[in-house]
Amino acid sequence: MMGTEFRNLAVPVRDGESELFTVQMGPQHPATHGVLKLNLWMDGETVVRCDPDAGYLHRGFEKIAENKTYAQFLPLTDRLDYISAMANNVGYCVAVEALLRIEVPLRAQYIRTMVAEMARITGHLLWLATHALDIGAMTVFLYCFRERGLLLDLFEELSGARLTTTYTRIGGVRQDVTARAMEKLARFVEEFPSRIAEYETLIDTNRIWLKRTKGIGCVSAEQAVQLGFTGPSLRASGVDYDVRKHRPYCAYDKVQFEVPIGVNGDVYDRYRCRMEELRQSALIIRQCLEQLPPGAIVADNAPDLVMPLARPRQPMAGSSLATGYIELVPNNDVYPEGDVYVSIEGSKGELGFYFVSDGGGRPYRMHIRSPSYIHIGGLATVCEGVLVADVIAIIGSLDVVLGECDR
Amino acid sequence: MALVVHMLILVGVVLLHVAYATYFERKVIGHMQVRMGPTRVGPLGLLQPIADGIKLFFKEDVIPGCADRTLFYAAPIICLVAAMANLAVLPFASGLVLAKINIGLLFVFAMSSLASYGVVLAGWASNSKFSFLGGLRSMSQVISYEIALGLSLVGVMMMAGSLDLSEIVAAQQQSRFGIYAIPQFLGFFVFVVAMLAETNRAPFDLPEAESELVAGYFTEYSGIRFSLFFMAEYIGMLVMASIATICFLGGWSGPFAVPHVPFFWFAAKIYGIMFFYFWLRATLPRYRYDQLMSLGWKVLIPLALLNIVVTGFVKTIF
Repeated sequence: MMGTEFRNLAVPVRDGESELFTVQMGPQHPATHGVLKLNLWMDGETVVRCDPDAGYLHRGFEKIAENKTYAQFLPLTDRLDYISAMANNVGYCVAVEALLRIEVPLRAQYIRTMVAEMARITGHLLWLATHALDIGAMTVFLYCFRERGLLLDLFEELSGARLTTTYTRIGGVRQDVTARAMEKLARFVEEFPSRIAEYETLIDTNRIWLKRTKGIGCVSAEQAVQLGFTGPSLRASGVDYDVRKHRPYCAYDKVQFEVPIGVNGDVYDRYRCRMEELRQSALIIRQCLEQLPPGAIVADNAPDLVMPLARPRQPMAGSSLATGYIELVPNNDVYPEGDVYVSIEGSKGELGFYFVSDGGGRPYRMHIRSPSYIHIGGLATVCEGVLVADVIAIIGSLDVVLGECDR
Repeated sequence: MALVVHMLILVGVVLLHVAYATYFERKVIGHMQVRMGPTRVGPLGLLQPIADGIKLFFKEDVIPGCADRTLFYAAPIICLVAAMANLAVLPFASGLVLAKINIGLLFVFAMSSLASYGVVLAGWASNSKFSFLGGLRSMSQVISYEIALGLSLVGVMMMAGSLDLSEIVAAQQQSRFGIYAIPQFLGFFVFVVAMLAETNRAPFDLPEAESELVAGYFTEYSGIRFSLFFMAEYIGMLVMASIATICFLGGWSGPFAVPHVPFFWFAAKIYGIMFFYFWLRATLPRYRYDQLMSLGWKVLIPLALLNIVVTGFVKTIF
């Protein structure tokens, strides 16, 4: 058996517990949302120690980014949090624009806000579906997918793809929204709040659901901050932090919405927070639809899709055609140097992009702050001393997606 | 000879029932979940159970390297035999029973306990951790709920004055309400909950909780051995639904007699209960292990005991 000498346990270890039951939950476990692996040390059904093991979906995105231009990397952001790809597109573009100092036209800002909120709804719907399925309520799963399908249809209409959208581009969005899609979206947000009520009637008044979620996996406000939680997982613990409010990007400072805050930080509060966020997202989309201004959708100084690594070589001063000798010099200083960190509120939490630029067309180094990775790190603390069935509920409530965690 | 024919017919009908109970379940849950259920194989997907059966039969029978082979082979057979043995004592209509024994109810209890033995052995013999946990859960669940199940039926035994299933139905027909579910409502409630737990169905499907234990005790089973467990589970559901029908819902008696089909009401009631099983599965989340235990010991068993006391008082006074 694995020894307990790796570190001191917070759980008191009685005599005879040196032989704990070890279970490797994952990476092909049905409830670990992809390829998360948890090494569990268990005493009966009680988890004494939980050791998350990430990296099974590692694709080296951060290294790949160093060899691609900013525009070339954009499609790879779809594969981060593939459940709500639009939000990743927006986040990446907002960060690159901050680095390249590009002003995005207002219409594009609104469209981005809209698609980011649509992405949040798709992300939260998938979370609710799988979370309910993990706890055993399987009907909610299909109800959620019904609405998620409507949004994916809209994504298809906007960008041509349902999952890997690559809808935004640096400096704006790739194509304008159609009137038909906007009509459909307006109908959707009109109807959606009643659908949320439908999910809630299925699970929120269910005694078994309440028993399985209330008081399970409690994270105090301090603990949540220490563990680096963001997004609904942090707000459920009572910390009022939302990137959309505190460092507004896109058009979030022009729309009215509330940030739902929890109290206890248990699985139930995290569930409630996300359910309220669904309502707020619908509200934001409705305001965006009303306020959507006319105008350009791409900034004038947006880089070309085939982004040059450097501007074409310039004739050196003094040389002229007349002399028959032209000396060309490369011009590397097209892009600003320095570093920038910009984050957005993804559906899982704060999704940040950090760039170090040496003035070339590629990032010298890129880092993605993915909320899922940090939440998975927190699992070790949250899962200590709970039952194995609660581990599943906690993984579900933290809403991790492995594409983003392992990037 | 007649006995053998009777047995063969019974087994054939029940296996067909198992096949089409899965179809019924998938259709019912499908429509509850805004989808269609099976539609592709045959008209309305009616051949789907046959296709599933053929698939399971021809699948590779994988046995894990570290498994205890003897027990691994024996476990599904124990489960299926125990479940099937119950069928012998069930009266489907007046006189339509294979073995009319005077301890029919006890026999059913004995056999359903034996079936859980198969589950525990499967969990142990697989030598897999998830199976092991599933087996452990099953063991504690069955021990807790067997008691509640037995106690809930004591009231019925007291009212009918017999353990013979045919006589329980006959006594029910003579009783004031015609069914025992009304005077024995407390016992009926405890029985229904314990019945769900006994057959490992939602919301008490902990031993095979697919999101926690992958598939629980039969994680390592595949092909025909897996389908033996599957059949045992569905026959178990049928048996428990039959016991509920016989002991609480008046057996084969109904509001009017259906000519030529003496078991019509029996089958209708059983399918009503099966529908209830599927309905719960589509609606309810799963209990947690310790919550299940506390429900069994702190709620169901006291209620069942109370029911016995009340029944005894009423029987003595009136």
